[in-house]
Amino acid sequence: MGIHRGHKARPVEWLAEKFIFLVSLTAILMVFLIFVFVAREALPLALGQMNSAAARPAISMEEFAKLKPAEQQLYLELTPAEFKRMDKEALDSLAEVRLEEAKEAPKDKDATVNTTEWRYLLGEHQWSDSSPLDRYVWQPIGRIHKYNLVPLIIGSLKTTLVALLFSVPLALAAAIYVSQLAPPTLKEWLKPAIEMLSAVPSVVLGFFGLIILASFLQGVFGYQSRLNAFVAGIALGLAVIPVVFSIAEDALTSVPRSYTQAALALGASKWQAAWQIVLPAAAPGVFAAVVLGFGRAIGETMVVLMASGNASIISMSLFDSTRSITATIAAELAEAVFGGHHYRILFLIGALLFIVTFLTNLAGDLIMHRLKDRLEGKAK
Amino acid sequence: MNSASSKPAPLGFRSRGFDFASFAFTGITGLATLFILLILGIILANIAWHGWGTFSWRFLTGSADQDMFDVNKAGVLPMLIGTTLRVMLMTLFVVPIGVITAVYLTEYANSTALTTRIIRGAVNNLAGVPSIVFGLFGLGFFISFIGGALDAGATEPHWGKPAILWASLTLAVMTLPLVIVATEESLRAITPGLREASLALGATKLETILKIVLPEALPGILTGGILAVGRAGGEVAPILFTGAAYYMRDLPKGPTDQFMDLGYHVFILSTQSPDIEKTRPILFATVLALLLLTLSLNLVAVIVRARVRKKMRAGH
Repeated sequence: MGIHRGHKARPVEWLAEKFIFLVSLTAILMVFLIFVFVAREALPLALGQMNSAAARPAISMEEFAKLKPAEQQLYLELTPAEFKRMDKEALDSLAEVRLEEAKEAPKDKDATVNTTEWRYLLGEHQWSDSSPLDRYVWQPIGRIHKYNLVPLIIGSLKTTLVALLFSVPLALAAAIYVSQLAPPTLKEWLKPAIEMLSAVPSVVLGFFGLIILASFLQGVFGYQSRLNAFVAGIALGLAVIPVVFSIAEDALTSVPRSYTQAALALGASKWQAAWQIVLPAAAPGVFAAVVLGFGRAIGETMVVLMASGNASIISMSLFDSTRSITATIAAELAEAVFGGHHYRILFLIGALLFIVTFLTNLAGDLIMHRLKDRLEGKAK
Repeated sequence: MNSASSKPAPLGFRSRGFDFASFAFTGITGLATLFILLILGIILANIAWHGWGTFSWRFLTGSADQDMFDVNKAGVLPMLIGTTLRVMLMTLFVVPIGVITAVYLTEYANSTALTTRIIRGAVNNLAGVPSIVFGLFGLGFFISFIGGALDAGATEPHWGKPAILWASLTLAVMTLPLVIVATEESLRAITPGLREASLALGATKLETILKIVLPEALPGILTGGILAVGRAGGEVAPILFTGAAYYMRDLPKGPTDQFMDLGYHVFILSTQSPDIEKTRPILFATVLALLLLTLSLNLVAVIVRARVRKKMRAGH
């Protein structure tokens, strides 16, 4: 704010300044820690150190005794701390259990497959116990743990697409009206009223989608399954509207009044000025609004968990029940064994989600920043 | 005689009697605005209408001891207390850190420096992290890393399990941007003249901030706190794995106890009820309680914020 500490500042002042600076780094630290600690739980799996095969390959006791300690630890899938705590007897008994398991394991072509390898996570595979139509399967509970991420990604994209198609036109039109066309007194009321929508908790929107909207939309469109990507998308759109509206409205308002006044002076009507002058000038901001709306939609949990039906099937139809990445984490983490492959894979998709939203946020933020600099005449 | 009609229409504004394009454009955008407000109205009215019948003093102060799916016996007091406790605990962490960060950004930071830009970027980014990722973070960092470290050597986990403390801390991380942005806005609304006057009278910078700037910015700090409480009060995803309990006989007694939560209870009632038709009245009443809590908090924040903005316009 233009006022600077004199050169004879007292030590208390100096200490206080350093303290305030350090505390203000919390936000950076937190973003960093979020990524590190979500990724940390997913790391063993991403590096291919986990084995989720129903029947794991086992080696005889003589071979086990010959292994180096580090190899033994890897073979028994122990953490270094756990490995240190165990004596030789405990390790031998673990190896024996492993050998027993291998003998009793199901004789099945997929029984020895480590389903956490990347090619099973993303590629297609014909499982011995699922129908030939399902080549991408998410089915963590069962004899063979199937962790294909494709149905979840498609599910997330489907609901997000519906949400954006529903919310973006509405929110943009409202932003143009409120920022350009509405009388000033009305504007004072409209803006906070629309932003009230963001005060409705997402669990309430999910409840609304599940209990009220689902029956209503089924009555109107008459499709088969009551809960589907379409219902979840519309309910999700309600959560996205205030995000897109706020940012687009902010971008449109930051276009200098002189632009509009010049257009009006040349004989343009109010709508022409809004449509042909203000909107093109604020176009990057509108784009940023859509990008940030996408980030909000793909990361929303409770709405999708409650209104989408949660069936992890691949289907291009919007009216089939669907399951998103976020809903999968919310629904399954409580039941996953702590530190097991299911647990780690949920952290892995959480980390992917974090990366996607991190990039969309960063992009949206940069675009808005540039736009404002340009409109304020700071750009070179 | 008919020379008047053959004349071209005079150019200039207000020439045409009726401008259809203008009418259509204003109409469409205005209708979109109206439609959004209508949906909001329908949601609120529907919940108020269906929830009001069951929404009574007995419902608000009743416990869930008997049967939480029984219309005549169920109450939401334990959930109300759980939600209140977790957001109060959260404000203890988030308000000081948020206010100090805002003070740094407005009073000390050089706005073009790289550090400042990174802090701002981090704040904006934190605001966009999905709530479920906060839940994973709370589990991975607070519960298994910090809780696990505190438990080192113990046989029974005392810290390393879901608890109200960890849920509050997770929510504090999530709402940090709200507090920072609101406080910053109100700090910027204070005229530089006030600071300069204080410094001219011989006060140091720290004294000026503590005795002049922060008291002036109090409404904005309040707004930030209220917004954070309103947002955190309704969030469910971050507390799913960090502390919320499906059912507990007792209220939380210490920071390491789990708690029942209003928002989580809405989720349970809508998805795990044995008979959705029968429990419908409790569900609507619980949603109404949650909405009243979050909307009234937000309304207060909006009013306080409007005042701050008016002051800013008057000041500059």
